[in-house]
Amino acid sequence: MTWLLAWRNLWRHTRRTWLTVGAMVFCNVLLVFLISLQLGSYQMMIDGSLSAFTGHIQIQQEGYLDGQRMRQSVPDAADLASQVRTLLGVETVAARAEAFALASSEERSFGILLTGVQPGYEPGVSTFPGLLKEGRYLQGADAREIIIGSVLAANLKLALGDELTFLGSGRDGSFAAAVVVVVGIVDSGITELDRNVAQVPLGWFQQVFAMGDHGHSVVIRVPNLEQVDAAVADLDALLPTLQADQQQLRVLDWDALQPGLRQAITSDMTSAWFMYAILIVLVAFSVLNTQLMSVLERTREFGVMLALGMSPARLARLVAMETLLMSGLGLALGVLLGALLTVYLSYAGFSYPGMDEMAARFNMSALMYPQVSPLSLLWGPLTVFCGALLAAVYPALRLLRLQPVAAMRAA
Amino acid sequence: MHGSLTAVATLAWRNLWRNHRRTLIMLMAIAIGVWAMIFMSALMRGMTDQMVRNGLHTLPGEVQIHHREYRSDPSVVNSMEPPSGALLQALEGPPIAAWSSRVRVPAVIASERSTRGVTLLGVDPAAEGPLGSLPDEIIQGRFLKDADDRGVVIGASLARRLETRLGKRVVIMSQDPDNNVADRGTRVVGIYRARLSGTEDRFVYAGRTVIQGMLRIDNLVSEVALTADDYRHVSAWYPRIEAAAGDELEVMPWTELDTFLGTMLGVQDGFALIFMVVVFLALSFGLVNTLVMAVFERVREIGLMQALGMRPGLIMAQILLESLYLLCLGLLLGNVLALVTIKPLEAGIDISSVAQGMEMMGMGATLYPVLSVWDMGMSTAVVVILGLLASLTPAWRAARLDPVAALNET
Repeated sequence: MTWLLAWRNLWRHTRRTWLTVGAMVFCNVLLVFLISLQLGSYQMMIDGSLSAFTGHIQIQQEGYLDGQRMRQSVPDAADLASQVRTLLGVETVAARAEAFALASSEERSFGILLTGVQPGYEPGVSTFPGLLKEGRYLQGADAREIIIGSVLAANLKLALGDELTFLGSGRDGSFAAAVVVVVGIVDSGITELDRNVAQVPLGWFQQVFAMGDHGHSVVIRVPNLEQVDAAVADLDALLPTLQADQQQLRVLDWDALQPGLRQAITSDMTSAWFMYAILIVLVAFSVLNTQLMSVLERTREFGVMLALGMSPARLARLVAMETLLMSGLGLALGVLLGALLTVYLSYAGFSYPGMDEMAARFNMSALMYPQVSPLSLLWGPLTVFCGALLAAVYPALRLLRLQPVAAMRAA
Repeated sequence: MHGSLTAVATLAWRNLWRNHRRTLIMLMAIAIGVWAMIFMSALMRGMTDQMVRNGLHTLPGEVQIHHREYRSDPSVVNSMEPPSGALLQALEGPPIAAWSSRVRVPAVIASERSTRGVTLLGVDPAAEGPLGSLPDEIIQGRFLKDADDRGVVIGASLARRLETRLGKRVVIMSQDPDNNVADRGTRVVGIYRARLSGTEDRFVYAGRTVIQGMLRIDNLVSEVALTADDYRHVSAWYPRIEAAAGDELEVMPWTELDTFLGTMLGVQDGFALIFMVVVFLALSFGLVNTLVMAVFERVREIGLMQALGMRPGLIMAQILLESLYLLCLGLLLGNVLALVTIKPLEAGIDISSVAQGMEMMGMGATLYPVLSVWDMGMSTAVVVILGLLASLTPAWRAARLDPVAALNET
């Protein structure tokens, strides 16, 4: 009975109710869209940044991440990588070694970061091998060959089959020099990345840079982000069982490897929350205004109801129900429209001017795909719903203090 | 006519306060909305300003001049003659505040322990100073004395990675125009700290004349950087430099040199406006609602005024004025609130907990909000213009009421 009364009361001012519901729907659709877009872009940011090169987890010697010194190496790297493969039951594990060297072609010389990789496993942990524009990927652990990024190739004026000379220093400080043949050119479309790719087979790298069987990292890629924590725990348990010279190793997850990533997300979230909070507060004001009006204009009516024996608490409940119905309507319509919009965009993709420049920083494509999930669909609208209910507390409380006689006399 | 307008203005003002609770709630909503608009813009403007400044600091300069091939192939081969003749004249005249020519080549630096790839800058400290392109802070030793200084200055982070320190010997290697390895042993005379640690790893400073000698390029340079200390209006003056530089050289403003920075400025302005409009839309529902109610309550009264001969135009003006009063009061409150909250924050907000994330975007660990008159004006314009537009329908409906029907309404 009271529900029916509340519903009818709601439509005494059709226009006002729709305007208030409209404010909620507008805010809800916007929140659903923005939150889905945000969650989608974070996913893409993490995937994009990590899939290029870093991987989800790395095993390195303690201090290598900051110092990147040649001597901070992982003994028996290839063997450790195969142990990790067995332990985690995934194939996407590869050993790497890195060194800076002066690379000289016929015409040009550049200082570059040379990476020794396991040709058989590297394609599993990094997207670079799949981005070959010309030639082929590395073959064989000891071959005297290299793949380089397209920008680096252009800067060094190199083509497939050309030779490249390296000058650097080995792990023991000795002079390291060698000649390799370019067998492949990689093009990711992102200048910064294409300037820095230079990969050679790990075995050959170890010979030239006097590394023995050492590498600098074991890179691990797990099927999805949620499995990272479990894998890290498994690896932490593995470390103490290793040989004495491998005791200095550390397991680092992606957050430790690229601390900027999570922080970029955090800072972006903070500014987004600010915006959401403002929207929600404004809608709450709108609801407060409407409900206060609807209570004030019915003062006489409420007075009569009180005089007829209705309890003030029940009146307050009536107003609360009206708000509940109104907010429920806003919630339902908002989620419905918001879901339609985001589901459409999650197939069609979404972009705004200037996006591509931003996206390139995180190795993302310029089109964003919102992530549709119960969380992204409901989080915003539910908060608006609660905000609206909260806003109706004040008008409802006023009813509790209403005196029947005075109320009936009110103008 | 004048008299009736004054009367309408008074009526509108009094009407506004007939239901003071409703008016106050709406006023608060508008004030919070306006405050949010300005506050958010100030934060964003602070962010982009800093990004652009940091960007210009590392570029450096607002405009750079290079050999046509240099940007795609930053090699010593693509060096240019130092400015002379018409170009030199243009550089010395206004509005150019400072300029400097520098050698900038990829190089390798090696200590006893380690080797790294870097960008070697051969600079003339006297010219770089006014350009604002010197390292932020020398934490050990000194900066280069002049273009003939034989030492190098490296970043703190690079020093750690090379396991070297002040006074130690390092070898720098690059190529000469004939692709022979050009190298020289030198001493670290200073260690600098930069706002972004990426900068510390990348740039090694040395004396320009010394580097020119090492690379065997006589007096050639890689780039000329110039600034007029007004990065928002570069397009106004750089075409003149372009004309003076001739066809051999490429003259580029920072917006094209660093397209990320260039678009960021536009994206920020665009985003601030979108944010303002979105906040306003959320507000507008409440605003229209208030006006619709105000008209609804006064149907009989409006009918009476019409019956007594008040023209529909004046009734409309009265409702619009009521809305305008409300908006202006809200704007005033919001602006004052913004002023009061942003001023104390202008000294900087510590965001070091997300510093590495901000560094990916080219920002430092402190955010300095910038309260700009432009943003305040923009939010005012958005609120007043869109606010009056939103009020048109309720006002129009009030003006079109049929006096007889309105008077008969209960």
